[in-house]
Amino acid sequence: MSEWTKLYDAVLNGDADTARSVTDEALAAGTDPQTLVNDYMIPAMDEVGRRFEANDFFVPELLIAARAMKGALGKIRPLLTASGVKPKGRVVLGTVKGDLHDIGKNLVAAMLEGGGFEVIDLGVDVSAEKFIEAIRDESADIVAMSALLTTTMPSMKNTIEALNEAGVRGNVKIMIGGAPITREYAEEIGADSYGDSAATAVGIARKLVAS
Amino acid sequence: MNTKPAVESLDAFLFGRAPHPVTCGRGVEIGGGRMIPEINFTLPGIEVTRRNWDEIRRQYEEMVRGVLRHAVELEVPAVVVEFETLPPMTQTPEWGLEITRILAENCAAFSDRHGLATALRVTPNDTREFRRPPLMRRGEHWEQMVRFFDGAGRAGADLLAIESTGGKEVCDDALVNADLRRVVFALGVLGARDMGFLWEQIVRSCRNTDVVPSGDTACGFANTAMTLAWKGMIPKVFAALVRVISVPRSLVAFETGARGPSKDCAYEGPFLKAIAGVPISMEGRSSACAHSSPLGNIAQAVCDCWSNESVANVRLLSGYAPVVSMEQLAYDCRLANAALDDSPEAARSLRDWLASSDASLDPQAYVLRPDIVLEISEEILTGATTYERTIRAARAGWRILDRAHRKAALNLTPREARWLGRMESAVTELPETEAEMREAMAGEIPANAYLPEEYGLT
Repeated sequence: MSEWTKLYDAVLNGDADTARSVTDEALAAGTDPQTLVNDYMIPAMDEVGRRFEANDFFVPELLIAARAMKGALGKIRPLLTASGVKPKGRVVLGTVKGDLHDIGKNLVAAMLEGGGFEVIDLGVDVSAEKFIEAIRDESADIVAMSALLTTTMPSMKNTIEALNEAGVRGNVKIMIGGAPITREYAEEIGADSYGDSAATAVGIARKLVAS
Repeated sequence: MNTKPAVESLDAFLFGRAPHPVTCGRGVEIGGGRMIPEINFTLPGIEVTRRNWDEIRRQYEEMVRGVLRHAVELEVPAVVVEFETLPPMTQTPEWGLEITRILAENCAAFSDRHGLATALRVTPNDTREFRRPPLMRRGEHWEQMVRFFDGAGRAGADLLAIESTGGKEVCDDALVNADLRRVVFALGVLGARDMGFLWEQIVRSCRNTDVVPSGDTACGFANTAMTLAWKGMIPKVFAALVRVISVPRSLVAFETGARGPSKDCAYEGPFLKAIAGVPISMEGRSSACAHSSPLGNIAQAVCDCWSNESVANVRLLSGYAPVVSMEQLAYDCRLANAALDDSPEAARSLRDWLASSDASLDPQAYVLRPDIVLEISEEILTGATTYERTIRAARAGWRILDRAHRKAALNLTPREARWLGRMESAVTELPETEAEMREAMAGEIPANAYLPEEYGLT
């Protein structure tokens, strides 16, 4: 963790230009791309998450860091793909049918990307059919659903039922969140996990892909 | 456009009294010397579908009868009932108008039978954002909204309102990035332009009816910021500036013919009242059933209608939640009206206690202190256009927060103080004209984020 600590610092401080240039430098020096991700970038994002949880960082600081990481990752990803290295997991994400609220969903997407996941964001007002199509097309590991309204919470249940009927429920883990959502509701509708804030999303997703 | 605030002095800036009161419904006068409860309610977790429609009708009937019965029991002299539709009820306007009819009939029945003065405020959704990027001036969502506006009077609405969202497609991302410049663009350029277009239509739909075009809110902007700040996601000082920045945009409704009261969730209401003289509705501790806020008491300081925001029809120990809210609002209004009946000095004392109990604890509360509202309002009015007013609002807001922090009149944590310092350059460097701002944003905002032609920008 010493040679390329400049990369760690650049991601932590949200310095995208430096993150990209240090990555170029490291790759030119023959450093294993996987090492850059696992030893510098992800630990930096973990520290960002820790500072956010400790009320030291606000979301804008977290997003700047995530963008710095994404920029550096853009240089590394083609190399990882070429060498057969897969992302931590693929997450299909969306705000459920009837609901337009997406700030929380977007934050979860940024956090997951920063945590090394590949995120396929389906947007807002996402039907069960669209989730099913994405699961099939993208070979997703996780489906993440968000809702802000009490009247759109039932769309989560409907989506899970539709996933069961379509025979794809067993292919994915399901995590849900949003203001009216509770752990009890997640259990009731058969979701695998529930998060009460965007900051918890990476930890939950890691547990889900490991299980 | 006003050049001087309608409220002439701090002494005249009181709850229950507005320079331009609104008379509506069956004997309701808002801003005419009484604080009036505005009760709102919504469905519990039930999908709005044709299959559930009988149950939905039953729930609304139960809710409106429950709250009006309790208003009579508590000897409330006047009440405003607000019906904020759920999105499918705007997308199928016949559904929303059917519920409007049910509520209006019940309001009329209680007025006839019990002498309770009632008015029904109807607030359809701004569903244009269902499409991304949204079509603001055409398309099926816009046409459905216009059908709703046009039908509201026939269905029995007394007041028509909306929570409009023009510019939100740019603002959401700006909020989570604490990007003040883009917030100013979203509100001072896109939002303001959309308000002008939208409110011309609403005022046109109300013409030749008894429906009062009432007001709007920056809920989708400044309340989103408030909620994010409450959860520790963005700085409170930033959220306070977003509130102040939203004022000129919300004023456009009144410049276009809205008469008030502004929407309950428009915490920028005190500025609207100060500048335009319209009555305002506000929500604070009474709306903890819907969301938390740092404005529980100060929100009431100069309000004319006092609201619960919204509450789901769920059973509590004492009764159903909307009925419980009705009681809380009734007692809050009773106290305020007792102060008004006592003397202007008593009313001012209550106003000042409501303000001082919150103001020093949060910058979002501080900017709503009645004397601060008047100070910022004066400065906003030095701008000749909505854009100029928006940047003046941002600069005045920052200067006043900085002054309060330096004088220790406002408690800020070190990280909040750090952000206040960072924002100085952001407000100072705001482009001076709308044209300069548009040019600056052209290279910053992704081309697919919004459609310029939908805001009259080509």
